[in-house]
Amino acid sequence: MPPHPETWLRVTEAGLYCEPGGFFVDPTRPVDRAIITHGHSDHARPGHAHVLATPETLAIMRERMGEDRAGTTQQALGYGEALTVNGVRVWLRPAGHVLGSAQVCLEWQGSRAVVSGDYKRRHDPTCPPFEPERCDVFVTEATFALPVFRHPPAAQEIGRLLASLALFPDRTHVIGCYALGKAQRLIALLREAGWDAPIPIHGALQRLCTLYETLGVPLGPLVPATVATKDKLAGTIVLAPPSAIADRWARRLNDPVPCLASGWMRVRQRAKQGGVELPMVISDHADWPELLETCTEVEASEVWITHGREEALIHALGQQGIRGRALHLVGRGEEDAE
Amino acid sequence: MSVPAFAELLERLLFTPGRNGKVALIRQWFATQPDPDRGIGLAALAGELNFRTAKPALLRELIATRTDPVLFAMSYDYVGDLAETIALLWPEDARSNAPPPGLAEVVRTLDGAGRGEVPAIIAAWLDALDSGARLALIKLVTGGLRVGASARLAKVALAEWAGQEVGEIEEVWHGVRPPYLPLFAWLEGKGPRPDPAGQPIFRPLMLAHPLEAKDFEALHAPDWRAEWKWDGIRVQLTAGPGGRRLWSRSGEDISGSFPEIIAAMDFHAVADGELLVVRDGEVAPFADLQQRLNRKTVTAKMLKEFPAAVRLYDLLFEGEDDLRPLPFDARRARLEAWHERARPPLTSLSPLIGFGSMQELAAIRDGARAAAIEGLMLKRGDSPYTPGRVKGPWWKWKRDPLTLDCVLMYAQRGHGKRSSFYSDFTFGVWRGDELVPVGKAYSGYTDEELVWLDKWIRDHTTARFGPVREVERHLVLEVAFDAAQRSTRHKSGYALRFPRIARIRRDKPAAEADRVEAVEAIVAGSLAG
Repeated sequence: MPPHPETWLRVTEAGLYCEPGGFFVDPTRPVDRAIITHGHSDHARPGHAHVLATPETLAIMRERMGEDRAGTTQQALGYGEALTVNGVRVWLRPAGHVLGSAQVCLEWQGSRAVVSGDYKRRHDPTCPPFEPERCDVFVTEATFALPVFRHPPAAQEIGRLLASLALFPDRTHVIGCYALGKAQRLIALLREAGWDAPIPIHGALQRLCTLYETLGVPLGPLVPATVATKDKLAGTIVLAPPSAIADRWARRLNDPVPCLASGWMRVRQRAKQGGVELPMVISDHADWPELLETCTEVEASEVWITHGREEALIHALGQQGIRGRALHLVGRGEEDAE
Repeated sequence: MSVPAFAELLERLLFTPGRNGKVALIRQWFATQPDPDRGIGLAALAGELNFRTAKPALLRELIATRTDPVLFAMSYDYVGDLAETIALLWPEDARSNAPPPGLAEVVRTLDGAGRGEVPAIIAAWLDALDSGARLALIKLVTGGLRVGASARLAKVALAEWAGQEVGEIEEVWHGVRPPYLPLFAWLEGKGPRPDPAGQPIFRPLMLAHPLEAKDFEALHAPDWRAEWKWDGIRVQLTAGPGGRRLWSRSGEDISGSFPEIIAAMDFHAVADGELLVVRDGEVAPFADLQQRLNRKTVTAKMLKEFPAAVRLYDLLFEGEDDLRPLPFDARRARLEAWHERARPPLTSLSPLIGFGSMQELAAIRDGARAAAIEGLMLKRGDSPYTPGRVKGPWWKWKRDPLTLDCVLMYAQRGHGKRSSFYSDFTFGVWRGDELVPVGKAYSGYTDEELVWLDKWIRDHTTARFGPVREVERHLVLEVAFDAAQRSTRHKSGYALRFPRIARIRRDKPAAEADRVEAVEAIVAGSLAG
């Protein structure tokens, strides 16, 4: 009988630790060996000695934290390639969250655990879709684990944005979005909806957009929003970090309509905070149906929940005969809690 | 697609702070929606939609049959609003392919349904809608629609869309009913102007401009009549065979809040005046009148404690006789003669103030200190009653504002264009060694001053509470206001009326700002005056 994953995959102060392999997954403090699911800062931290991740995630880490802090040695592992670390078989599967995002699949003496990181099951032109991997223990996030969170199709939300632009053709529509993942996905979704115009972007988004293009994700013409004059920004769609859209930076825009793209926009009270005029429910996290569907699809008898609203998910999984367990990992959900 | 389209309109109105943005959204509704749904939407915006609604408890029972109680409780706890929780939680696995209901269909169906049928009807609609539309539907059928727009704004949007004067719409408004088919037909040039005959209708008011120094110099005393400017609310009294109505200045029907006035309107005329609380012939402060506003039901106690009365100053119709084209002097004569004859209870005439020269009138204005008087109204003796704000024939000449030197305590970000600026200021005066808030202002400063204040606040923040910043107690603001009154709203025990920032007193140390005793003296002085 294969050993239960809780005998070889444990929660420590630094995060999830694979004991026989001698490595951590997404550790929250500098460690000797780390496997990183994706580049968001609450998963990818600087200062590890040896880092294993997809080539895209490694590139993102180098871009965000600098060559010297992104791991003393970096080892790239493509999706579907496998290697064995001290007898633990390790391979990566796409998580569909952001470019390079991966589920870390681990197998030890016939017992299999999948650490999914953050993931979604929706269409995203900027990264390969989530691939379910059958396992004994599935480690999941629970950011949107309440049945009220059902994200509408992203194309529908883009449609609302374009309808607003048709109604207010002179006003700058400025979308608040995170620099890694959400920004590039929005740009790609806009291109799919036929928006070919140059997209002015805030300086904080520039480097990662350039990196995405280098890594083979076409984004079309992007221009800096910072140097443009007010009349040139009339009728444009501008992307900026959420903190900038209703603050001093936004004064350069032409009578702006502040928009915010996030799964939290589903709930009005959340959306009403921060002066948003056009809330757009677009998320890079699994919504409630996606969470349940994924937990069922991977056929795990146990689901471990790293962070988020674990209570509701444990309750719902229990009704399906799946045991849920809250890991209470600290330091998660800071950046990409959206 | 009309419930979903209406849902999108409500959503955008809720999140759009600016007036022009809201008007554009409502205009688009009129331009794109078919009859009769656009009229039902207009009625909903104008607060005139009446139909048989469902109780929130019914929705609660419906959702209980479709969801797990634990998950419902967790969701409700998180979302906080029952209608929104149900809308978001309503399961979509039974989503039907039925077309979404139209607004008019919802109203018609519920009006005609038997009590036992209502739950199944609403459930079938919810199955046909997405979450945003479900929320709009739930708010609609439970009568809990809160629209981020006023009836007035809806009429302004209607006027702009149709290229009409909003006054024209007001004239016919009370002769039409949802879904307003004759109104839309007329506005689109496909039908005659709706005839409000018989119905009590609101006649748009003639408004005055504030008098400025340069205008004052051009005034020739014999041409002008003066009245006190009362600190109440402007009303129009309409009574005749078709019924009796009390309208606010924007044409809102406020009859329900003032049954004693309606009961006293035993005449056939349209009169213009000021609604006040009057005790033993003395006009009470505006705060007393506020107790009576926006109430659906009026208790005997309210009627006794806050007795309302009207000071009349113009007569628009006597019987069917339209007096509006007549000059002010002729209307005034008709008003006095009519009032003498009809003697309606709870009304009195606002007296004309005699004066020999403009200088004498200025002295009268400066001497007016009673809280119920805001200043003077100047009306040309030959002015006809012209709806709207025409510059020249009528002036409002408020007395000079009172001022206090206050210390800035808190600042909050504004909305819309001002969302990046700290533009709402809470300020206080000294009570002993302690600063106590006395008011909040978000106007009066220039654009340059706002930029300066915003920077000062960012540089002198001591604490943050969400959108609010607490600042160092250093900056003195000269605050202008029209009156001070006792109030429990602020810790000082006083509130200021129409406070605005008159000047930034960078020169003045905070310790030398005014004390609460100064506010007390103002209140005491105005009560005595």
